[in-house]
Amino acid sequence: MVSKTVAYTGNEAIAHGMKQINPDVIAAYPITPQTEIVQIYSTFVADGLVDTEFVTVESEHSAMSAVIGAAAGGARAMTATSSQGLAYMHEVVYIAASMRLPIVMAVANRALSGPINIHCDHSDTMGARDSGWIQLYSENAQEAYDNLIQAVRIAEHPDVQLPVMVCLDGFIISHALETVTLNDDAFVKEFVGIYKPKHHLLDPENPVTMGPLDLFDFYFEHKRDQAEAMRKAKDVIIAVGQEYGAKTGRGYGLFETYQLDDAETAIVVMSSTAGTAKAVIDELRAQGQKVGLLKLRSFRPFPYAELAEALKHLKAVAVLDRADSFNAFGAPLFVQTRAALYDLPQRPTMINYIYGLGGRDCDMSQIARVYADLAEIVKSNQTGEIVRYLGVRE
Amino acid sequence: MSAGRERLVAGYPESLTEQAFHYCPGCTHGIAHRLVAEALDALGLRERTIGVASVGCSVFAYNYFNCDMQQAAHGRAPAVATGIKRVLPDAVVFTYQGDGDLASIGTAEIVHAAARGENITVIFINNTNYGMTGGQMAPTTLIGQKTTTTPLGRVAENNGYPIRMAEMLATLDGPAYIARVSLHNAQAVVQAGRSIKKAFQAQLERAGFSMVEVLSTCPTNWGMTPVKALEHLEKVVAEYYRVGVLVDRTKEVAG
Repeated sequence: MVSKTVAYTGNEAIAHGMKQINPDVIAAYPITPQTEIVQIYSTFVADGLVDTEFVTVESEHSAMSAVIGAAAGGARAMTATSSQGLAYMHEVVYIAASMRLPIVMAVANRALSGPINIHCDHSDTMGARDSGWIQLYSENAQEAYDNLIQAVRIAEHPDVQLPVMVCLDGFIISHALETVTLNDDAFVKEFVGIYKPKHHLLDPENPVTMGPLDLFDFYFEHKRDQAEAMRKAKDVIIAVGQEYGAKTGRGYGLFETYQLDDAETAIVVMSSTAGTAKAVIDELRAQGQKVGLLKLRSFRPFPYAELAEALKHLKAVAVLDRADSFNAFGAPLFVQTRAALYDLPQRPTMINYIYGLGGRDCDMSQIARVYADLAEIVKSNQTGEIVRYLGVRE
Repeated sequence: MSAGRERLVAGYPESLTEQAFHYCPGCTHGIAHRLVAEALDALGLRERTIGVASVGCSVFAYNYFNCDMQQAAHGRAPAVATGIKRVLPDAVVFTYQGDGDLASIGTAEIVHAAARGENITVIFINNTNYGMTGGQMAPTTLIGQKTTTTPLGRVAENNGYPIRMAEMLATLDGPAYIARVSLHNAQAVVQAGRSIKKAFQAQLERAGFSMVEVLSTCPTNWGMTPVKALEHLEKVVAEYYRVGVLVDRTKEVAG
């Protein structure tokens, strides 16, 4: 396959991926830092480079509703949003998942109001973590682009039929210029294939009603099916990631490990901070410290068994969350990772750091402090505070 | 002229803070802010006024108005203002919203605040695009107008038609005062100031909902010099959105 390397921001990479996918319908509403994605896409529409029906709706609630209508009508439909936009469409986000519509949505992660803030954290997508959507998190623009293309295949797989959020850190990834290797158009077209929905509206041979009232008679069974689809999504994500890797040289799994095999302590984190952690690991490894990283890609479905297997040999693990869950304990990624390790006969000591809220920079010194804290825990055999805050003024 | 005959004809409004505006050069938001502040000063309302800031270029309005302010989520300012006014009926409550807020994501809130006849004042800045996010098409964008999401110009077939919010709300029985003004020259600015003052007077009379739609420029996203943008505002924008008083049920007129 012919590929080319370009300098793109995360938003440009997503918009370019969307152009290569050439969905039937895109409906969207401007919101920082996502706006650029659909704005760039609108120029592709104006230039006749895509066949997409592009709808400039009056709100995100209508954006999601419009793509739900389009997907129910048998179309490949996409949108993009951030923060308040995702919160505003919350009602219909659940409906998209429960109607089993394989919509793909890019989310440039941005802190939720209030106070109002436009910078990165994961409170927006964490707020939708139990909406029934698959969530893939991206470390950089390359991963955002690759995740978007794979998301189409994952969402539309007959065993899955669930919508997918492709998450990229607002501004840090959405607006920063990076080198990105693009697939050629023909490859993407072939990889995503032609969408043939199992059921859709106005299929004269198979008339259907979508989303009707569903009470104590069948609601529970439909939710059970939805839960099963999310379980099955795990294998599909792995299979699609392997196939993509075989064809592009960039393979993907449920998570990525870095210097983890012989590590004694490790950080678990998602998205752009994983890049910062890798740089810190290189420095600490040069000093002889056995430190490692697990970067989670698939938060939904959450790979419980695989995480336990990957982390079981460690002495201490710090889970870094770019969101708080205000449950008076730990943040979402920590609570779930900790639960995943519960059945291990011997568990590492686990602590949680909540970091980077509202775009607070998480630099290498902060990551280095986490590894130093982990080393101290191992040395002293004292856990200390389980839930900690990184880089905040107390 | 002797010192004894000097007369102060203009000053800096008390109802504005000393914070410099962040608005782009040539943008008329600053003039609209000043007109609101002058109206509050003239009516002696500053100490009992609560403003509700919206989302968009005017998101920082709370930095400029020298009164208590609350920030609302995108489009929700009239609903937030309703809550404030119901619990503090003696306060003067106003929202300051753009067209990307009021005429788009916030259409439900503005229509129903007006229909209920909520005794609040709405300052509605219409510059025919989403300024803050970089000039995307708004519901108020004129046919043929180029924006970053309609690079070849708005086409009715694909993008629908511009919404005349003032006329739409004027069909309701709740509003006491609805006017549209423009800021394209000094005379228009003086008229705009009168309308804004009148809207606050309507609230003082407890006459019901009041709104002034202020036609405003966006030189940056229109791709025009400030002077050219003012000409465009007068000759093109105000042609589609005609200035004038659409509703006046205040006592002064009725009595």
